[in-house]
Order: sequence, then C-alpha cells, then structure tokens
Amino acid sequence: MAQSLRQLVVSKAESRFSLLRLAPFLTLCVFLAPVVAGLAATILPALGFHPALNRYDIGLKCLLQFFSLPGAGRSLQLTIWTGFLATALAFGLAMLFSASFCHTRFFRCAQCLLSPLLAMPHSALAIGLVFLLAPSGWIFRLASGALGITRPPNVITVQDDWGLSFVFAVLLKAVPYLTLMTTAALGQVQPARSLALARAMGYGVFGAWIRTVFPRIYPLIRLPVYAVLAFSMSVVDVALVMAPSNPPTLSVFVLRLFNSKDLAMQLPGAAGALVLFLIVVGSIGLWRVGEILVARVGRRIYSSGRRGGSGTVSRSLAAGIMIMLLLFSFSALMVLALWSLADWWRFPDAFPHAFTLTTWTRHIGAVGRPAFVTFVTGISAVLVSLALVLLCLENEDRMGSINRSRTLLLLYIPLLVPQMAFLFGTQVLFIRLGIVGGWIGLIWAHVLFVLPYVFLSLADPWRSLDTRYRRSALCLGASPWKVFFRVKLPMLLKPMSVACAIGFAVSAGEYLPTVFAGAGRFATLTTEAVTLASGGDRRVLAVYVFLQAVMPLAVYLMAIVLPGWMHRHRAGML
Amino acid sequence: MLNVWCAIAAFCTALSGWGTAAAEESVEWKTILGRARGQTVYWKAWAGSEATNSYIQWVAKEANKRYGVTLRHAKIVNPAELVSGTLAEKTVGKHTGGSTDLLWINGENFSAMKKNGLLYGPFTCELPNFVNYVDANNSAFTHDFTVPVDGLEAPWGKAQFVFIYDSAVLRVPPKSMAELLKFAKKNPGRFTHPQVRNFMGSTFLKQVLYEIVKDRSVLFRPAMEDNFDKVTAPLWTWYDELKPHLWRKGRRFPESGPAQNQLLADGEVDISMSFSPFEASRLILNGMFPKTVRTYIMDIGTIGNANFLAIPYNSSAKEGAMIVINFLLSPEAQWRGQDPSIRGSFTVLDMKRLPDQYRKKFADLDLGPASLSPEELGPPLPEPHPSWMDRIIDEWHNRYAN
Amino acid sequence: MCSGGSPVKGPKRIAMESNNGCMLRLEDVSLTLQGHVLIPPTSLEVRAGEVITIMGPSGSGKSSLLDFICGTLSRAFKAGGRILLDGLEITRVAPEKRGIGILFQDDLLFPHMSVGENLLFALPRNNGDRGQRRAVADAALAEAGLDGFFDRDPATLSGGQRARTAVMRTLLSHPRALLLDEPFSKLDAHTKGEFRSFVFSHARMRGLPTLLVTHDPEDARAAGGPVTTIGSEWQED
Repeated sequence: MAQSLRQLVVSKAESRFSLLRLAPFLTLCVFLAPVVAGLAATILPALGFHPALNRYDIGLKCLLQFFSLPGAGRSLQLTIWTGFLATALAFGLAMLFSASFCHTRFFRCAQCLLSPLLAMPHSALAIGLVFLLAPSGWIFRLASGALGITRPPNVITVQDDWGLSFVFAVLLKAVPYLTLMTTAALGQVQPARSLALARAMGYGVFGAWIRTVFPRIYPLIRLPVYAVLAFSMSVVDVALVMAPSNPPTLSVFVLRLFNSKDLAMQLPGAAGALVLFLIVVGSIGLWRVGEILVARVGRRIYSSGRRGGSGTVSRSLAAGIMIMLLLFSFSALMVLALWSLADWWRFPDAFPHAFTLTTWTRHIGAVGRPAFVTFVTGISAVLVSLALVLLCLENEDRMGSINRSRTLLLLYIPLLVPQMAFLFGTQVLFIRLGIVGGWIGLIWAHVLFVLPYVFLSLADPWRSLDTRYRRSALCLGASPWKVFFRVKLPMLLKPMSVACAIGFAVSAGEYLPTVFAGAGRFATLTTEAVTLASGGDRRVLAVYVFLQAVMPLAVYLMAIVLPGWMHRHRAGML
Repeated sequence: MLNVWCAIAAFCTALSGWGTAAAEESVEWKTILGRARGQTVYWKAWAGSEATNSYIQWVAKEANKRYGVTLRHAKIVNPAELVSGTLAEKTVGKHTGGSTDLLWINGENFSAMKKNGLLYGPFTCELPNFVNYVDANNSAFTHDFTVPVDGLEAPWGKAQFVFIYDSAVLRVPPKSMAELLKFAKKNPGRFTHPQVRNFMGSTFLKQVLYEIVKDRSVLFRPAMEDNFDKVTAPLWTWYDELKPHLWRKGRRFPESGPAQNQLLADGEVDISMSFSPFEASRLILNGMFPKTVRTYIMDIGTIGNANFLAIPYNSSAKEGAMIVINFLLSPEAQWRGQDPSIRGSFTVLDMKRLPDQYRKKFADLDLGPASLSPEELGPPLPEPHPSWMDRIIDEWHNRYAN
Repeated sequence: MCSGGSPVKGPKRIAMESNNGCMLRLEDVSLTLQGHVLIPPTSLEVRAGEVITIMGPSGSGKSSLLDFICGTLSRAFKAGGRILLDGLEITRVAPEKRGIGILFQDDLLFPHMSVGENLLFALPRNNGDRGQRRAVADAALAEAGLDGFFDRDPATLSGGQRARTAVMRTLLSHPRALLLDEPFSKLDAHTKGEFRSFVFSHARMRGLPTLLVTHDPEDARAAGGPVTTIGSEWQED
C-alpha cells in the first residue's frame, strides 16, 4: 500500500509536463503567432524592406508614397471620423439604453431580440440595409405614393460622402453588442441597491445610473468599446458595401493596393496597413485620454449635488432608437426575403409583382458549395477553438491560479489589431508554410477570431461553476478527466453550446480572413455575398445574403434549443 | 523550340483541316485527358454577371460528368486580381502548386501576365476544338488589345460595347459623344457610367477618346509620357463638362455594367452599357428589364474585343484546365453560351468549319427582341494598346478621386 | 489496515460493511493566506467511528482545512504539516486517490444525472457488472428510505431526500474518512435533527473517522465527540 501511494505521488509529479499544462502556451501560439508574424511581415515592406521584390531601401519612402496617392488623405480622414463617430454613438446609445431600462421587462425583451441579431453577419445586415435605404430601396418604394415620385430620387443615401450610412450600418451591430456586454457587466456589479439608494436621494433614473453604476461597469466594458473602435476603423466588408468608394475607407484603400497588378504597389499598401494600425492604436490611446478627462469632470459632478431630470426624455429617446435599430435589422432580413422571392419588382411598386421560387431553384446549386465551405469552416474553427479554450480553462482549474486581466488583454489582440494590418503578412507566412488556399490555412485564420469569442463567452460560466462540484466529484474518487467529461462538460453544456454558436456566427461573418487565407480557392456565403453586392441582379444577391444571414441564425437558435432538449428531464439544468 | 513547332503545327492543321478527327484521337490529347481526370481546376473569373456565373456552374457540372474534372469558380470583382495573385506567388518562389489554374482574361491583364512570364503555354494548338473550329488567323484572336497572343490564351467569346436604353422612356438615344453631352445637360442625373476601375467604365472613356481623338493610329501604339497628356486633353475637357450632370452629380458611380443595368431597371438612369449585344434581351427574358428596352451603338461604331482563357504558369492542374478550355470551345458549349436566354456571348467559332447540324443550331438561335444583329453592330473598333487603359484609369483617379 | 480497497461481493454488504480501525491524523497542520496565519500548527487525531467537531467563526479557515485534507486546497493558500490516514502520509496524494469523503452544506447532486446515476458515479469500478452495480445503488437508496428513486431527477426531490442521497453517494465511494463541511446548516429544524442522526449513525456504523466543521453548537452536541475551536476571525482587507 505504501509503495502504491508513493507511485501515485511520482505519477502526479510527472503529469506536470502533460499536454494540459502546455495548453495555454499552445493556444497562445495558435492564435497569436499568426498575428505577430503577420504584423511583422506587413511592417517590414511598409518600411521598404521587401526581398521578394528586391527592395532593401529601408526608410520612410513607402509611407510618403502612400500619402501621395490620390485620395489617401481623404481616406484617412474618413476612417478616423467614421470610427470615432460610430464608437461614440454606439457607446452612448448602449449606455443610454442600459441606464434607462435595466431591470425592466422591455430590457429583457430587447435582449432576447439582440442576441440573434448579433448572430447575423454584419455584411448581410449592411447589404439588406442598402436594399432598404438606397434611393431605389424599399423605404422609398413604400413612401413613393406619399412623396409623389415614380422614379428613385437622385439623392445620395447610402455610400454618402460623410460616411453616415456606413456609421449607421456599424451601429446596427455595435449597439446590440455593447448593450449585451453591459448586461453581462451589470450582472457582476449588482446595481439594483445603489440605484434604489440614489433614487431615494432624489436622483433621476439616468442621473442615478450615471453616477453610481456607470463608473463601476465602465472598466468591465472598456475592452469591448475599444474593439468597437478598432472594428469600425478597420472593417472591410461593411465598408465595401456602405462606405463611399472614391476614395474608400483606409482598409479598403489598402486592400485595393494589395490587389493591384503592379506588385510594387504592395509597398505603399503595406505602408497604408501600418498607418491603419497606428491610427487604431492612436485612437484607442486618445479614447483612453478621453476616459481620464471624463472621469475627472465626473468627480466634480458627483459632488456638485445636482440631481438631474427625471430621465423621461432620455428614456423615450433610448427606447425609440433601440426599436428603430431592431426594426431596421429585421426589415433588412425581410426585404432580402422579398427580393429573393420576387419574379420582378419595379420601382415604385411597394411589393414585388409576383412571388416565385425560380431564383432559389436556379441558384441553389451554386449556393451549395459556399454554404458547405461556410459550414465546415465554421464548425471546424469552433471545435478547434473550443478544444483549446476548454483545455486552458481546465488547466486553470487544476493549477488553481488565474491571471484574468493579462489573458483578457491577449485575447483581445486579434479584435483590436486591424485585420488589414496583419492578414497580408499572415498570408505570406501561410504561403511559406504551404497551407495557403487549403483547409488548414482557412480554418486556422478563422480560429484567430473565433477563439477569443469562444473564450470570452465560456470563461465566465466556467469559472462561476461551483467548485465544490469538482471537489466533491474528486473526493468521490473520480479522476480529474472523469470530472472534466462527466461533470463539468455536461453541466456547462448550455454555455458551451452558446459559445459555439457565437463562434460559428463570427466565423460565418468573416470576410478578409477567408479572402487572404483562401487565396480565392474558398468562397463562403459572406465572401460570395460581398462579391455579388457590387452589382447585378438583386434577386440573386438576395438569395445569397438571406442564406448568409439565416445560417448562423439557425445555428444560434439550435444552440439555445438543443441543450434544453438534451436535459429535458433534468429540471436542475434549465 | 517546341513553341515554334507547336505554332507551325497549329497553323498547318488550321489551313488544311485534316486534323479534325486526328486531334481528338491523338496520343497527346489522350494523355492529357487521362491526367486531367481527378484534378480540381480553380477558375478565377469576373463574377459581376449572373448569366456567366450560372453558365460556369453548368460547365462545372459537365466537366465533372464528362471528364472527371472538378471545376470551381473563384469569383472576383476586380480583374486586376487575376494578375496580382499569380505574380505574388512568383515573387515568393511558389513556382508549382499555384492557387489558380484557369483565368478569364484579356487586355491589360493579359499584357501584364505575359510581360511577367506568368502564363503557361503556348497550349492552344493542343486543343482539338481550337484547331478544328477556330480561325486562328482572325486578327481578333491573334492580338489581344494589340498584344500578340502567341498561343498563350484561347479565345472564349467576342464582345462588343453597346448601350442600352428604355425606348418607352427615351425616344431617340444619343448616338455620339456630342449628343450624349447635350442629353446629360438637358437631363441632369439621367446618365452615368460604371466605376472607372471597372473595365466597363474605362471602356466608356476609351470609346469617348476614340471619337474625340484626331489621329486614331496613335492609340495602337503604347501611350507615352510625352503624348498621353496631349492626346487625352480633349477627353478630359469633354468629361469635365459632363461630370456635374451625371447621376449623383458624378460623385458616385455604379460598380459595374450589371449594377448600372439595375439602375436602368429601377428608372434611376436612362442609359446603361454592356459588352454583350444580347444582354438586354436576356434581362427582358428574366424579368429585370421591361419589354421596351433596346440596344444601340454609337454612329462611329463601338469598341469590340475578344475575351480569352489562359493558364497560370504555376498551375497544378494544367491538363484539367486545358480540358475545360477545350470543352468551352466545343460547338455545344459555344452554342449554349451564345443563347441570349442563357448567357449571350458571341461565339468565337468559325461558322464555316462547323458541322452542318451546329451551323443550323447557331442560325436558329433566337437573338431576342432587344439584340443587335452582326450587321447592325457593324465592324467593331479595335481596342487601343493596353497602356492607354492603364493610364486613363490612373489619370481619372488623379483628377477626380482626390 | 483499511478495508476500503477490498472488493465488495454482495449488495447488502456495503451498507453493513465497517471500516476496521482507520485513523485520520493531522500533524502540525497549518494554513496561511497572503501572510496571514489562519491556522497555527495544529495536531489532531480522529479515531475510527469518532466524530471530532471543529468550531470557529466564518473565515477562520475551517473549510480550507477540510480542503487541505481532501487535497483540493486553492493555490492561494500555503499549507504546512502532514496528513496521515492509517499511518500513511497522504499529504501529496491526488484527491481522488485519498479515499476521503466530504459532504458540503449543499447536497451538490449533479443536476444532469438521475439520482441513481449520481450514486453509480461514486461507486468504484470493481463492483461487478451493470446489473450488480445497479443492485448496489438500489440497496443504498432503500437504506436511505428512497426506494425506487433510481430514475428520478434530483431536482424533484425534497431537501431532506437530496441530503440523504448525497450521503449515500459519498458512502458508496468507499471513503476511509469522512469530512462534514456544515452539512446541516441549510436544512430546516425538523429535517435537521433527523438528518444529523442519519449521518452520524452511518459514519459510526462504518467506523469512519469523521471531522465535522460547524459554527452551530447544536451540531457539536449532536455529534457527541470532542470539540476543538480554531482560529480567530480573519478580516479581509
């Protein structure tokens, strides 16, 4: 007996070098190495070092060349302006809405609608929005009678010079995203009592929230806000659809340079990517400075004793805007469905001439392949991410120590660094590894963006699982792996499946990673939709975009329904 | 050396016609057929036209059924990507296993591919259908935008620039650039052209240049630093006058020809443009255009060209690509391609060489209500040297996209 | 020698089986958290069938002491000293190999398993084929007055039933010592008394050395064994 115990001690010491202990390291390599290497492989040509093109003249020449390109300056202004505007509005609206409605039934109801909205790819929403907002879009068709028009008005609604329609398209998803992030943060802060206290002292709903809750939740949603800022400055697909195109936003500008048939343009292209990176980093820094200033002013306001209004105005404003955003998103989906079923639909008719399945039957064959690629890529990226995330979390449990803030920041890196700034370099890396244009490269590129979301949505439920379940299972004689498979995984089935659905939605919505890692060989519903969005038959485009929107939505709904069904005889799991 | 022989052989067989049966039965071709089986061919092709996309889908199905070749359409919006992909691979030394196997290409992109040595071939002389049915001496196929083809690309379709209008809205369409300018001034916002980055947009500018330039011969030589400004000066004067009267005051442009067709269908503009004289008919048939839409050309004629199929030098499925190209040149595929209800692209086959049955099938094709017959189209104006296109695009952006 | 490891033949026997003279000993066990000494070096000996009660205010480190004995102490703590079970040191043995059972104030029945699956989860492998294992679980349920509850969803049981199931689950894993982490504190007054005697009688019947942690003097009285008070209140700062 003594000997066997001694053996146990030895075997435990050996297990310290197990795969599990390597999990965090492995995960970091898998998802940070391509970002870091890609960034390096972009910065070097930006500084004039590009051996493949025989260029070794290191200096700022390429940067100067980039700025001398027609439209570069305006592209830069457009990017910064739309980025800040979209972020400020999204943040403001999310705060206004949360402040006015947290703990109300309306809030819970909106929340139920917001989550599926987030599952829809952003480009699908943007394309649907064009179908709504364009001068020949549904809104003008519906209003044509009232306006007395028979032709689309010659006005610019989408792709306007100021990028306002682009900002609006960004808001459609950024506001729900920040609102849901705020909800999650509110769960950690438990604001009900401080709100009640402040209101008892005579502060209005909004005033009380801003003074007592906001300062506590802001640190918790800071990274998501930065992610929105980085996203709106660097997104490509939504900008292709919604932003002006002459000149376009910086990321589209850079993409065009990379695709130029004159390879020498890759150098100013890389320089543009570097500029984009610096702009995003600088903007986040600027936002941080703004935070500090606001905090300073805020302190003075706390102690001023001013009570503020009752908040009814802000309340109705928030409700109105939120309802409008939801209405636009679901109308976008609806107008896509209408177009895909239209035999023809001329301006200014409010509805199609007649409905037919012809467009669907004619294109269902062509849609099959991209739908298949979307599905396989999404599922694989999710499974790889899930495996890595679970191993990391399990390792965390067994090591008994966590360093949340540091991991969190690392996780956000692929969400904060503009895709355009490193994917070009990542492609170079993938070409060297010989995996470009293959499934491995494609799935890997998707994991970079899927993994953070899977981690973020799974980590909290995982960590808040009562550790005594694990401890009592161990004391019942179950091995750690048995505890992992038989206790933790089944108990966390619901958050796991939600994490998978979110991961799948992220993968299904990705545009640039597919373009770069797929080398044109792989098309997903998103890349096809964005490609077809540049022109042609609306009915055909609608078929692609509708499927693009509905597929992750279906996966999301399944993720909600499935665990409940599997545990339908277990009241404790519902 | 082999290339020369290849060219001579092609020339001989083309002249004599005795190769008809022999080419398909030849050992070389059978070897190619054998190697192609099981290959996956990635075909990078502009995806702006729904009709062509569907047609490619059909080709993929047939190629798989008949030859065991898996054909995948890599859809692109910007034809410059045809060059950049392979060029980037060459610069990093990826000389085999390239990501693309087949290109739909012509003009400045062909010229760039050829100049950089990115094309496989000559290979056209090995294709039985090219040898049997294509008039290899037709100047439309020997030169692509004045650049010698040298067997590096096989013609796929003939295109001619046409304008489309709705006769119910516009009685008399403007048939010269002077008239067009007058029309635009009188009807502000009712005319536009596709984005100049798009080939349709740049072709429109070339068409204007054709009409405005004093000495056309200069266009067939490369554009030079010293003559470009002088030659194109009247073009920009004309355009400066037109621009404020364009749709959206010339601040937005549709992305492509098909996108402009959509504008015409919605009634946003009165005129659209296309590279296919059959396109309007096709769109009437599928319900997008009202039945009153018609096609027309300018009084001086319009630019015409051929579009081609080529194989990148580092393709890993060259045999599969050749099989597909050969199939695309078959009377059956070409006939389907010309059918306005399906695709509506002019065939490159020489009617004289076709079997009677197919000659009749081609003759029987219903061109549709809005199409122009070859007689109405007249002889196309040849494409200028590709350098004009590149420079016009750059100059337009310098002037108007700042 | 402990008999916990020996295979059990019949279903009836496990319930009756006793633990012949196992002894749990703590030698100079101490606990420190971030430099604060929670428990100074303490030695303790629990004999077979004996229940020793450890009393102390909340935050005194009682529960952490049990964690240390189980082998599931968080890394944030520093622990010293040795734990011996029947003379063998188990301080560094993996928790699942120690043979120490624990009951918390919540039953912690796995909500995704049926009542019977919860029991079978605990029953070691060497207990015959499926039918035999099932019989063991059924017998244990009968013993707890839960006849025919095998397929029930734990969420549909009353608090007392769940608590008894949790006890049977722990006992089925054949522990050689039992730790009780305030297992009675959440039950209502009526159930509490009944359940106390249920737990203590089963522990005694099996001759398990039992360590009870509580802040309720009632519990200590009911346990009937020696009482030790540890630690002063540790303030979070």
